[in-house]
Amino acid sequence: MRPFEYVSPTTKAQAVSLLASNWGQAEILAGGTDLLALMKDDVVAPKRLVNIKDIRDLTGVTYNAQGLRIGALTNLGDLADDANVRKNYPALSDALIEAASPQIRNMATLGGNLCQRPRCWFFRNGLGLLPKDETGKELVTDGDNRYHAILGNDGPAKFVSPSTIVPILIAYGAKIRVEGPKGKREVPLEKFYVIPKTETEREHDLQPNEIVTEVVLPASTGVKAAHYEVRQKQAFDWPLAVAAVALKMNGSNVQAARVVMGYVAPLPWPSPEAEQVLSGQSIDDDIAQKAADAAVKNAKPLSHNAYKVQLARVSVKRALLKAVSGGAA
Amino acid sequence: MPDYSWPDAGHRTLIGKRISRVDSPVKVSGQAKYTYDVKRPGLLFGKILRCPYAHAKVISIDTSAAEKMPGVKAVHIIQKSNSTIHWAGDEIVAVAAVDEPTAEDAIRSIEVKYQKLPHLVSDAEPPKGAAEAQGPISMDDIDEMLDNQVPPRQMVEQIQQYGITSKPEEETLNGLKEDGATDDVINAIRAATVHPEEGTRPKSNYQKAAAQTVGDGEKAFAQAEVSSEGLYGAPVITHCCLESHGSTSEWTDNDHLLVHMSTQNVSGIAGQMAELLKVPATNIRVHQDHIGGGFGSKFGPDRWGIATAEISKKADGKPVRIMLERDSELKVAGARPSAYARVKVGAKKDGTIVAWQSESWGTGGPGGGGMPPIPYVLSIPNQRKEHTAIRNNIGPARAWRAPNHPQAAVITMCALDDLAAKLNMDPLEFFLKNIELATKDRQNTYREELGIASDLMGWKQKWHPRGQNASGNVVRGVGLSMHTWGGRGHASDCDLTLHPDGSVDIKLGTQDIGTGTRTTILIVAADTLGIPMDGIKLYIGDTLYPPSGGSGGSTTPGGVSSSTRRAAVDARDALFAKVAPALNAQPDDLESVNGTVRVKSNPSKSLSWKEACSKLGAMPVTVRGKNPDKSKPPDLTNSGVGGVSMAEVEVDTDTGVVKAKKMVAVQDCGLIIDLKMAESSCYGALIMGISYALFEEKVMDQTTGRMLNPNMEYYRLAGLNDIPELVVHMMTGKGYDERGVIGLGEPPVISPGAAISNAVANAIGVRVPFLPLTPDRVLAALSQKAGA
Repeated sequence: MRPFEYVSPTTKAQAVSLLASNWGQAEILAGGTDLLALMKDDVVAPKRLVNIKDIRDLTGVTYNAQGLRIGALTNLGDLADDANVRKNYPALSDALIEAASPQIRNMATLGGNLCQRPRCWFFRNGLGLLPKDETGKELVTDGDNRYHAILGNDGPAKFVSPSTIVPILIAYGAKIRVEGPKGKREVPLEKFYVIPKTETEREHDLQPNEIVTEVVLPASTGVKAAHYEVRQKQAFDWPLAVAAVALKMNGSNVQAARVVMGYVAPLPWPSPEAEQVLSGQSIDDDIAQKAADAAVKNAKPLSHNAYKVQLARVSVKRALLKAVSGGAA
Repeated sequence: MPDYSWPDAGHRTLIGKRISRVDSPVKVSGQAKYTYDVKRPGLLFGKILRCPYAHAKVISIDTSAAEKMPGVKAVHIIQKSNSTIHWAGDEIVAVAAVDEPTAEDAIRSIEVKYQKLPHLVSDAEPPKGAAEAQGPISMDDIDEMLDNQVPPRQMVEQIQQYGITSKPEEETLNGLKEDGATDDVINAIRAATVHPEEGTRPKSNYQKAAAQTVGDGEKAFAQAEVSSEGLYGAPVITHCCLESHGSTSEWTDNDHLLVHMSTQNVSGIAGQMAELLKVPATNIRVHQDHIGGGFGSKFGPDRWGIATAEISKKADGKPVRIMLERDSELKVAGARPSAYARVKVGAKKDGTIVAWQSESWGTGGPGGGGMPPIPYVLSIPNQRKEHTAIRNNIGPARAWRAPNHPQAAVITMCALDDLAAKLNMDPLEFFLKNIELATKDRQNTYREELGIASDLMGWKQKWHPRGQNASGNVVRGVGLSMHTWGGRGHASDCDLTLHPDGSVDIKLGTQDIGTGTRTTILIVAADTLGIPMDGIKLYIGDTLYPPSGGSGGSTTPGGVSSSTRRAAVDARDALFAKVAPALNAQPDDLESVNGTVRVKSNPSKSLSWKEACSKLGAMPVTVRGKNPDKSKPPDLTNSGVGGVSMAEVEVDTDTGVVKAKKMVAVQDCGLIIDLKMAESSCYGALIMGISYALFEEKVMDQTTGRMLNPNMEYYRLAGLNDIPELVVHMMTGKGYDERGVIGLGEPPVISPGAAISNAVANAIGVRVPFLPLTPDRVLAALSQKAGA
């Protein structure tokens, strides 16, 4: 086993001080459902693990008229079952229940889910985040890329962003709060994700010595939302495409729409094209189809994943129809 | 002569009833000990350094850092410098250390230099005009075949077909033997024709077998009124045993080895290890209580099993454990060969099948592989078949539940289903119409089974002409397939001891691979002796007990039920001989029923089982039953079964996602010992069938030559929500029971893939050529249909 230090701070400030200023030095250990697997497979080999489970103020879910605040250490199971989440953000609850098996839901934390590493099978086999062979040949372009990106894939990153719950969080208007040596900052969740251009970059905007502390959602009054994913298996499985929509309604018409796709690009992929189609419209099958077509209009599939364009399109359409027919807030 | 024959229905007390498996309580409570759970005192942990390249030459190995590492107890080179490696993940060096992390560190500290060689990990259709491997075989070629674990039968065939380049020295032959050549291979080399003038064989990944013909294919197609052409196949899949391969070995003294191994072949392992370890087989004890899956991949000790013994020797005989990591389990510990075919089939307008033509290909890894038995089940009168084996670098194939049959079923039953669609016939009618092409002995079985399956599925209500479905994006369809398998019983010795206090013990060196072998043995013995199952203590899973064959090919129920029945009849008769005077009766007028030994002609004259056994005298009586035993007929086993699977699926035509909605299995297996376990075997097979029909595939990266999905996230198996209503019907009664016992491990897993593929074709109106039926393939088929 590669040796590493294990530290267990009890405050956020301590945790921040124990993190390093470069990636690869220290990793944050919360639920461990992703990190431990990566370490066992020798994909990452941190020199220090910073256990944050003893930091009390990272937990808890609170709800008031302004919205929802979720501590980063909240586990997916508790969050899915939270009465306020079920009542006011039912599409989030749906996404959480589909995100993992019960055992994993009870361990995995929200913060960890937001920062999990890509499921790309080249990456998980130790071939790199932007996998190349010795000659510099890009492995994904010429290889089996059936599960890779159809959008945002013109750079070296071809993996898809792994979280199935980030799209619905973005659709609900989530902001993420992080804390580091320079203090606290708040970022809209959709701005939190970036496409790495080199092997040493990460898939998000978190600095190596920052921790995610909480996620906040605005109030959901008058919002109809839905989460839809296409999976090969009916039992737990990584999806082939995910879509999340949140529609601010004005009567039966859409006042403002958020449409966010997952598993299609190296980051969660909001679609202003689809949102524009929906604006001011009453959603029926035809409008949903037009929005879905718009969402994948710019897709550029790789050699083996053209089918994912269709799956992304169907996901958007079905999420829209589910949102307006479900009657859920 | 003792009467060994199976009791008739009226005299069976346990045989054929629904009886829960005796090992359920220890399994569900977690008390059952698997090889993975064996923790011997002073246990060392072994790890293996594996080659990252699919084809490479080992240039140098430097283990000095590992040897100096504190906690490392042994370092053993498995493949030396200059060895050629033929698949990624092949074993190079094994180490043993005081704990797993240290062993991992030691492995990482070893420096191996490789020269990479070009690899092929694809099994795509051979390009037209591809060079073919042919010509006489050199001794280097033989060595390479041994490295590649080419099955001996296949090596013998090639040696006989092509001859050899030069007559080898005895020393060379001995060397080959040490490298694992079997006597059959050595004998084939000795007998081979020598063709020195033709030099070495041209190297090629493609090996085309001579075309096989039956009747006159061309003429038959000319006369066929309807014909159908298509592409069908199934990819390489793995065994994916939930308990990975592995063992713990320890030298209990200088020349005695104790091995705990996860194996389907307890009695056969010692012999396989003996030669390589240079100790007599009798000095090797092998033990196993429970196994977490084998499916045909656990018959040998494997290189890593031999390595546990080698590194234990270097570590003063301390126990050394190597259990494969999940990724290694999927990469190197077994795969089912792929098989694909372009098929043309022809029939008369009335549906009578007249002609078959196929060009097939597939890979079993570096060994190439053979043609599956196509056309399957139905012997079409005119055939022309060509097969090309692809030798590639994906790792060796192993027997996978019903070797070659699921592939044959997919190719045949899907091609015929397409022909039925072209004839506008209900496939049920179509197969019934052609049932006389099946072997004569099974025709009635298939007729009966198709009828029962049809009722259980509701076929008549559910079947519709292909693609004619309710509107909307979710469509349903049904499909069917038929299959066959052999059986018989493997060699098995059973020792049964009656003690004067009435206790009974039974010893067999067999293994229960999850199929309920323990329960089978106890049912047969208890039914024969007329005592309850829990009145018998059973010992299996150890080379201390009489040898019993490996659990493969559905031969175990036949083997152990026959040897147990014979031992129990002999023991019972020995007891009757001792008891008869006390009851004033002739021994053959005695019977043992419900724990009582009584006089048949006067049942009031009786002794309890315990009282009866006290007449044995001071010493227990031990008898041995053997299967087969031609000196003491009858044969209690049989061979040859037929079965039917039907599937109902739902397909989302917008996403291409397929869901199984209902599966039906109807199966015969001769005399059933335990109806509940027989049904369980079929349930398990249907679930495994759903997995390989919809999900399983060993995905290789063409550039690096590595497996991309050596995990259980992207190597998908059916989960609870993927398993629909399963309906199983076992054929019993007249026509079945009197055939004797036939195994059930293989047959029910053969047809589900073909049945599901046919159901999808029925639902969406077009064939998805290859398994697994993934969303991308279903969508591709649908768009081809739309474009056609």
